[in-house]
Amino acid sequence: MRHLLAAEGLDRDTATELLDTAAGLKQTLLGREVRKLPTLRGRTVITMFYESSTRTRVSFELAGKWMSADVINVSAGGSSVGKGESLRDTALTLTAAGADCVIIRHPASGAAHRLAHWLSDTPAAVVNAGDGMHEHPTQALLDAATLRERLGSLDGRRIGIVGDVLHSRVARSNVHLLTCLGAEVVIVAPPTLLPSGIDSWPVTVSHEIDAELPSLDAVMMLRVQAERMHGGFFPSAREYAISYGLSEARAALLPEHAVILHPGPMLRGMEIASRVADAPNALVTDQVANGVHVRMAVLYHLLASEGADGV
Amino acid sequence: MSETLLKGVRCYGDGEPVDVLAANGVIAEIAASITPPDGAEVIDAAGQVLLPGFVDLHTHLREPGREDTETVATGSAAAALGGYTAVFAMANTDPVADTAVVVEHVRRAGEAAGLVDVHPVGAVTVGLAGEKLAELGTMAESAARVRMFSDDGHCVHDPLIMRRALEYSRALGAVIAQHAEEPRLTVGAQAHEGTQAARLGLSGWPASAEESIVARDCILAAHAAARLHICHVSTAGTVDVLRWAKGWGGGKDTARGGAGFAVSAEVTPHHLLLTDDRLAGYDPVNKVNPPLRTGADAKALAEALAEGVLDCVATDHAPHAEQDKDCEWQAARPGMLGLQTALSIVAETMVRPGLLTWRDVARVMSERPAEIARLPDQGRPIAEGEPATLTLVDPEARWTVRGAELASIAANTPYEGMELPARVTATLLRGRITARDGRIR
Repeated sequence: MRHLLAAEGLDRDTATELLDTAAGLKQTLLGREVRKLPTLRGRTVITMFYESSTRTRVSFELAGKWMSADVINVSAGGSSVGKGESLRDTALTLTAAGADCVIIRHPASGAAHRLAHWLSDTPAAVVNAGDGMHEHPTQALLDAATLRERLGSLDGRRIGIVGDVLHSRVARSNVHLLTCLGAEVVIVAPPTLLPSGIDSWPVTVSHEIDAELPSLDAVMMLRVQAERMHGGFFPSAREYAISYGLSEARAALLPEHAVILHPGPMLRGMEIASRVADAPNALVTDQVANGVHVRMAVLYHLLASEGADGV
Repeated sequence: MSETLLKGVRCYGDGEPVDVLAANGVIAEIAASITPPDGAEVIDAAGQVLLPGFVDLHTHLREPGREDTETVATGSAAAALGGYTAVFAMANTDPVADTAVVVEHVRRAGEAAGLVDVHPVGAVTVGLAGEKLAELGTMAESAARVRMFSDDGHCVHDPLIMRRALEYSRALGAVIAQHAEEPRLTVGAQAHEGTQAARLGLSGWPASAEESIVARDCILAAHAAARLHICHVSTAGTVDVLRWAKGWGGGKDTARGGAGFAVSAEVTPHHLLLTDDRLAGYDPVNKVNPPLRTGADAKALAEALAEGVLDCVATDHAPHAEQDKDCEWQAARPGMLGLQTALSIVAETMVRPGLLTWRDVARVMSERPAEIARLPDQGRPIAEGEPATLTLVDPEARWTVRGAELASIAANTPYEGMELPARVTATLLRGRITARDGRIR
């Protein structure tokens, strides 16, 4: 693996290997007092975040540090980025300074692809930490890791994704990864929050959440961004919550073994009721914990040389 | 003035090879064999196709304002090399061509370059803002003699402003060229709304944003008894609307300046050849407005051009600086070079599949655009006594596009490295050779 730009195009073997590595790392670290592996000692990882994000940036930073990499965080506000330097120049500068891996979060779809293109003559690896409305592959990997822990194999499992699929990179990455791992994906959203062209996706589309919940093994509730609420995509937050929110009554429609995921940050009372978010089958904190292990696995596969020790 | 003898050409690609002598700016003689007069430049053009010089209704020459990407002079060179003898320079310069001063500057710069007739297009509204009519009459009466007005790059979206522009233009004998894009439907739009945009996470530019404006404006033009030209048609749905509109007025002939309902339309080479499949790597050389559409759209456009529902080919030649293209997709400017590749792309998409003959190419690249713009001395028949404003094409040539070798200042192009058929070997403007064998004269 040269870069991780998208979940689309990951084959089942590679995805499974990443998830197995993540599970192995989790076991290795379990109960250790000092959570530090020497695997990436001497390697430099730079995170470039052009959008504010706490959980993803911290997760990548921990992943690097727990494997002894030197991790440097660049944010758009506190660097020459703020002075109008182009993404291309910033990336070339950081790589020339010695980055082995650049992790990028950017509001423009395709930014990670462009970065990989500009860095193609360098050995640096690029990891997409979320590009516009396109993809967020490590989020999909951590979701899959969390689902595998609870459900075992994802083969034939029915997984619902509910909410703003149109603008969601999390949804796009999950559709690719979950179907690649053998799951059936059911998308539930009002027509205004579905992309034109979704017919070509390997998913079932529904506008009736109540009809879908009883047959799901897992449901993933997407965050409804504030700007969508005022963008005329649906009449009101109240109506959205009534029509598509995971209320306690709705959560009760899920089979007993089914689990609830949310990529965060949650809007309690909007897409998910507060008590549902705190229920035992809601795995939001597991997702966050698995995020670090999955990102360690990604960095390991991109950066650790053949026969590297420590895992 | 020097004389030029073209030997062994096939006029419009038809019939037996003939010799054509250009002297004193006109076609002096057409005969099976002409002895070269003393001092005449002889072009051995055996097997080549002679066409009337091309007319481009849609070019961005970027002067004034972005001379780092193109000037009237460099754009004129690109035009001559591409076989053009007249180009219409769009108004979205900086300052905007919404006054007589600016259009006269562009006109004079074109005359100074002397390679192609540069006709400035005037803005419809002040500053392209869509709010207040620019001084159309003053521009029409200026030394630039503006006869085409457009806010291209922006849609004249307010129906009342558009109605007034259409009505007012009637007295000037002018045509309003509309960039059909309902702006409320394309807020933040980045790519054709469809499966590719959905997959790539790019905000959609829906076909309906074009089609709804085209339908509206056809109706407004009919009621105003004015002439409307639709820029860069990009969707199969727009073709349907135009077919309906042209029939509604009582047949295609009304589109030729007859009473009532007069709408014409252009298609760009890139919308004939390229599709949104090219967006996969997010390379902004493929970013253009309106966006690259689907293969089905491209096919419908080619058929409509063959049928005459679309009148002509126009390049929408739009140079952009490297830094405005080699960046994130969302940050990139829309537009691509077009003048030097247009003929080859028409050959590739229309002539090779048998949709157009070379005779038809003369119609869509020269005669119809000259009629739409009412240019009296362009798009003329290849006949004795007519202006020697001609383009010579080698239909068998193949060449590989290299952006750095094109005459424009901007060098980025989606056709980089692409091998294309047919090449312009000589361009004559009123008897004067402006370009020959890839070099400017």
